[in-house]
Amino acid sequence: MRRVNRNERVRIALTLNGRRLSAEAEPRMLLSDFLRHGLGATGTHVGCEHGVCGSCTVLIDGVAQRSCLTLAVQAEGREVRTVESLAAPDGTLNPLQQAFRANHALQCGFCTPGILMSFTDYLARNPKPTIEQIRDVLSGHLCRCTGYAGIVAAIEEVAKR
Amino acid sequence: MKPRPFDYVRPDTVEEVLELLAEYGDDARVLAGGQSLLPMLNLRLLEPSLLIDISRLAALDTIHDRGDAIEIGAAVTQNKLMSWAPLQQKLPLVALALNHVGHFQTRNKGTVCGSIAHADPSAELPLVLALLGGEVVLQSRRGTFTLAAADFHQDMLTTARKADELVAAVRFPVVSRQGVAFQEVARRHGDFAIIAVAAVMQDAGQARVGVGGMAGRPLLREIKVERAAEAIGAWADELEGHEDLHASGALRRAIFKRLGPPVIAAASTAKVGGTA
Amino acid sequence: MGEQLGKPVLRKEDLALLSGRGRYADDLPVPVGTLHAHVLRSPHAHAEIVHIDTAKAAGHEGVWAVITGEDVRRLSDPFMAVIKTPVTQYSLAVERVRYVGEPVALVVAESRYIAEDAAELIDIDYAPLDAVLDPVAACDGAAPLLHPQAKTNEISVRDFRYGDPDGAFARADHRIAMTVPFPRLSFTPIECYVVVAQHNAAEGSYDVLANFQGPFSMHPVMARALRVSGPKLRLRIPPDSGGSFGIKLSVFPYVVLIALAAKITGRPVKWVEDRIEHLVAASSGPNRVTRIEAAVGNDGRVLGLRLDQLEDYGAFLRAPMPGPLYRMHGAVTGAYDIRDIAVRNRVVLTNKMPASLIRGFGGPQLYLALERLMHRIAVELKLDPLDVIKRNLIPAQKFPYRTAAGALYDSGDYARAVEIAIGQGRLDDLKRRRAAARAAGRSYGIGFAVVVEPAMSNMGYLSTVMTASAREKAGPKNGAVSMATVNIDPLGAVTVTADVTVQGQSHETVLAQIVAEELGLTPDDIEVVLEMDTAKDQWSIAAGTYSSRFASGTAVAAHKAAVQMREKLKAIGARQLNVLPEDVELAQGKIRSRSNPDNALPFGRVAGTSNWAPTLLPEGMAPALSETGVWTPPELEPPSSDDRINTSLTYGFIFDMCGVEIDPVSYQVRVDRYVSMHDAGRVMNPVVAAGQIRGAFAQGVAAALYEEFSYNDEGAFLSGTFADYLVPTVSEIPDVEILHYESPSPLTPLGAKGLAEGNCMSTPACIANAIADALGVDEVILPATPRRIHALMEKAKQ
Ligand code: FES
Ligand code: FES
Repeated sequence: MRRVNRNERVRIALTLNGRRLSAEAEPRMLLSDFLRHGLGATGTHVGCEHGVCGSCTVLIDGVAQRSCLTLAVQAEGREVRTVESLAAPDGTLNPLQQAFRANHALQCGFCTPGILMSFTDYLARNPKPTIEQIRDVLSGHLCRCTGYAGIVAAIEEVAKR
Repeated sequence: MKPRPFDYVRPDTVEEVLELLAEYGDDARVLAGGQSLLPMLNLRLLEPSLLIDISRLAALDTIHDRGDAIEIGAAVTQNKLMSWAPLQQKLPLVALALNHVGHFQTRNKGTVCGSIAHADPSAELPLVLALLGGEVVLQSRRGTFTLAAADFHQDMLTTARKADELVAAVRFPVVSRQGVAFQEVARRHGDFAIIAVAAVMQDAGQARVGVGGMAGRPLLREIKVERAAEAIGAWADELEGHEDLHASGALRRAIFKRLGPPVIAAASTAKVGGTA
Repeated sequence: MGEQLGKPVLRKEDLALLSGRGRYADDLPVPVGTLHAHVLRSPHAHAEIVHIDTAKAAGHEGVWAVITGEDVRRLSDPFMAVIKTPVTQYSLAVERVRYVGEPVALVVAESRYIAEDAAELIDIDYAPLDAVLDPVAACDGAAPLLHPQAKTNEISVRDFRYGDPDGAFARADHRIAMTVPFPRLSFTPIECYVVVAQHNAAEGSYDVLANFQGPFSMHPVMARALRVSGPKLRLRIPPDSGGSFGIKLSVFPYVVLIALAAKITGRPVKWVEDRIEHLVAASSGPNRVTRIEAAVGNDGRVLGLRLDQLEDYGAFLRAPMPGPLYRMHGAVTGAYDIRDIAVRNRVVLTNKMPASLIRGFGGPQLYLALERLMHRIAVELKLDPLDVIKRNLIPAQKFPYRTAAGALYDSGDYARAVEIAIGQGRLDDLKRRRAAARAAGRSYGIGFAVVVEPAMSNMGYLSTVMTASAREKAGPKNGAVSMATVNIDPLGAVTVTADVTVQGQSHETVLAQIVAEELGLTPDDIEVVLEMDTAKDQWSIAAGTYSSRFASGTAVAAHKAAVQMREKLKAIGARQLNVLPEDVELAQGKIRSRSNPDNALPFGRVAGTSNWAPTLLPEGMAPALSETGVWTPPELEPPSSDDRINTSLTYGFIFDMCGVEIDPVSYQVRVDRYVSMHDAGRVMNPVVAAGQIRGAFAQGVAAALYEEFSYNDEGAFLSGTFADYLVPTVSEIPDVEILHYESPSPLTPLGAKGLAEGNCMSTPACIANAIADALGVDEVILPATPRRIHALMEKAKQ
């Protein structure tokens, strides 16, 4: 039984984008804060901390979820993937990222990492989604800049390949 | 906002969970998917002294076909149930309702039992569990009890769970020979419903109908299919209709009147055998 | 339009943003020892602060300071305001709170978590007062006063008359009036406010990083509040910002507050606003109640207009408010040729969060009233709404057109743009859809809206709030400066800096296109660096990103800088190529002879000359290392003595039409088809333009149907989370068919106008008109939620 008391700071180890990393956290620390400020993975963004905007979405053991609704300690020992893992080591964008660029699917880019991670999970499960399915999954994210059209087009493009 | 401090524990067995619940009672909160709990913690609306994380307990992460009912353990996520192969065939109404529960991203983490235990008056799963006459399995050191869904969900965010009890599982009765239908109206896709209506056919042109969003908990009634509009109208007029920022009681009544009859009609014409 | 300009060039910004390598304010490194702040906010809409006990919080482990209004009053001055009134505002509430969410105390601690814990230990004794929320009620003499020393809540009233409105009303066949409220909302960027402040005690200076958007006319406001001269407040803006839409102007009180916290604690202090704080207190557009009346001929021709615009700014009138009330002043007659008008502008304070900049900036409020009125005229006179619009449009031959209130509309052919839109946008199809839906018993309506979209504000427009004699005393205010600089490094690499703040509008890409075009390079050759630093960058009060100033302002400055650089490089190249400067061209990365393209040198070789061999420069030429383009269009004159003002430099045109249907089950308004015709002059990058239009359209739909800051009668705030404040998801945003017509602006060398705000102005009006048509009702309150639609339909039944 793992137990961490309230003001205790313990070392939380997890795999982030293939690398074993750890940092200290008390039990109440949110995974979003832990990733950004504990591990320096600032590509994951925070837009609401109550689970609506989706900008904090990351993969835990391959499954897309809100890192603001997850405690860092819950991710202990798990495999976490964030937007920083998507491009090739030389910076080449992956097909999903490229499609976002080609379809002007981002403006300020703040919502974008979360959306990319959601569809990284979703397209792995369902590589040929219908447009309704794309819209259904995308509805778990808020974007204030684009009006969403470019995002839908980008994902459709990937789905058609 | 950030949560207040709490102790965190991740037990290795259900027994340990029950020990802790017995010790802490109301001071403890069970953390499964956290999709309702974490927002409340982040908003500092709650101050539990202990969070008991059951999300890794394999014993609770099971979907068990009991023949007449499907038992879903407390750690089973909504998406896991959605991708459970026999779902469409055994629990077509649950399959329909799950499409409306939050979003893909929250269903990845949110649990079926968590939604039932949270007892939001317009949530989809409590409505369906109540309509199907399902049960909630409560475990404590005192033993295991089952409670009818209708007795479990008492009022808005209020259940019959005792402080030392774990909602260990819920049981959805298998309904594969009757027509079912589900529809809801929400302000945005994925929001809690303003009004949700579910129906399951009984014998002789009768439908059992449930409505969420009209009161503190799902309401149920038997309705004759051919008199659906009339019966729903009369039923709606008996109700106040819950009043909030997004909908007045009058609007809820109006939506119920318009949403109810087509749902009943859809149930009565649905192809049975899992393809509803 | 050119090699680079006008092309759908892919965005430079995207590589970093798509890889999680953006540099937003909360991502940047902070100094060792940085503390974290949390703001404690008022739970009351209106109350006296009787006593604040901070002892317990201050004694909490990890807490460095608990700061209250008294500290702030001691260490800072009230914020300067546009209108001189006895109202004072500090960065924390002093003596009294006036809206739910008003900052009351600041806790500075080791971590944000601890700061929030300690905030719960602050004990405040409030004596609640009556609150007033309704702007009309707040003008009543009996209403509770927010600022008793001001003796009224209605703190500014100005009357304007142009032409002979009384004559027009006396002459007209009909007088048609309506009252149109516009709601409160914000466009809630997904990134909230961030401030990191340091204080240098030895120098008495501050160094602050904030995701502030401008205008930098707020810099003196912040410096004065901190009691330092401008250079002692170094304000830095990060390279990336997670959206702004006007809202990130209002981070400025927190710049001052966090700077004070740094001074008090002697440590760097960081504050990251959370969503709850953002919704309750960051900023919102002002709500407005417009009483609008037209003098109309039998044919639907509008002869005169009267407007009474009562704008509700919440608890304080912060600079640069009342901007929204005056930014549209010159364009108050919209796209119509109406000469005789009377305008009354009133500013009222109520117990809500202070209102400020928001995309559309006064346009949505104005056009909802004006366009609803035009629709109403058609209904009352039994005319076709489109005919009423067409009959009143400014004729093409009148351009450039000086409006009654003084705006100089630079170019356009409104009638032509409307005609094209009706054809290509298939109005006949909309009508068929309406007929079919109605035949099937469904509620379907068609709406129209025409809008003139101003861009690049005249910084003098706000002085219209003063009388001519007061303006004379205060000194002239007018114009707007834009600046951009092209730099060349030793190997000839080109960088561009400019006086804009980044927030997602693709400025890097477009600036690279503009400069590449002139220098014969590609956008990939140009580095654009847009993070701002007031200590080192060139800026004016007009700097920043707001009021669509980029296309008509900074883009022009960048063009000028590039042309200046080009001319110098031609002269330098001429010597090296042994040709005359007239024979030199910059193309394909080369500097070459036009008549003999083989006589060429690589761009970098010539461009590096100023570094490596300055004595080779043509005689008398200063080295071509850096060229700054400064653009101050002469058309932006100060208000005239009779209160006419050219409020902006360029004026685009939009014509929208849509069909909406009321969902028979949910009472939700659904947009069936939406067509938006834009004349934004020359389009510099069509992909970016479409993105801006779609983004504004989504926000327009949100304003029309979903988003509203709701308060109850006691002033409690009801929209405090993203579960209550309904930002539409992809499922709620309909498609929009975008059409273009180009009337290049004759006033700027690029011919471009603004286009990023237009649909925030037109879409709410267009949808409201369609709803009115669908339901056959006169009054449509936005956002037209199912709750309101249901109530309307019930009322119509009776
Ligand atoms: S920050 Fe996690 S959903 Fe918004
Ligand atoms: S691109 Fe700015 S929020 Fe989506």
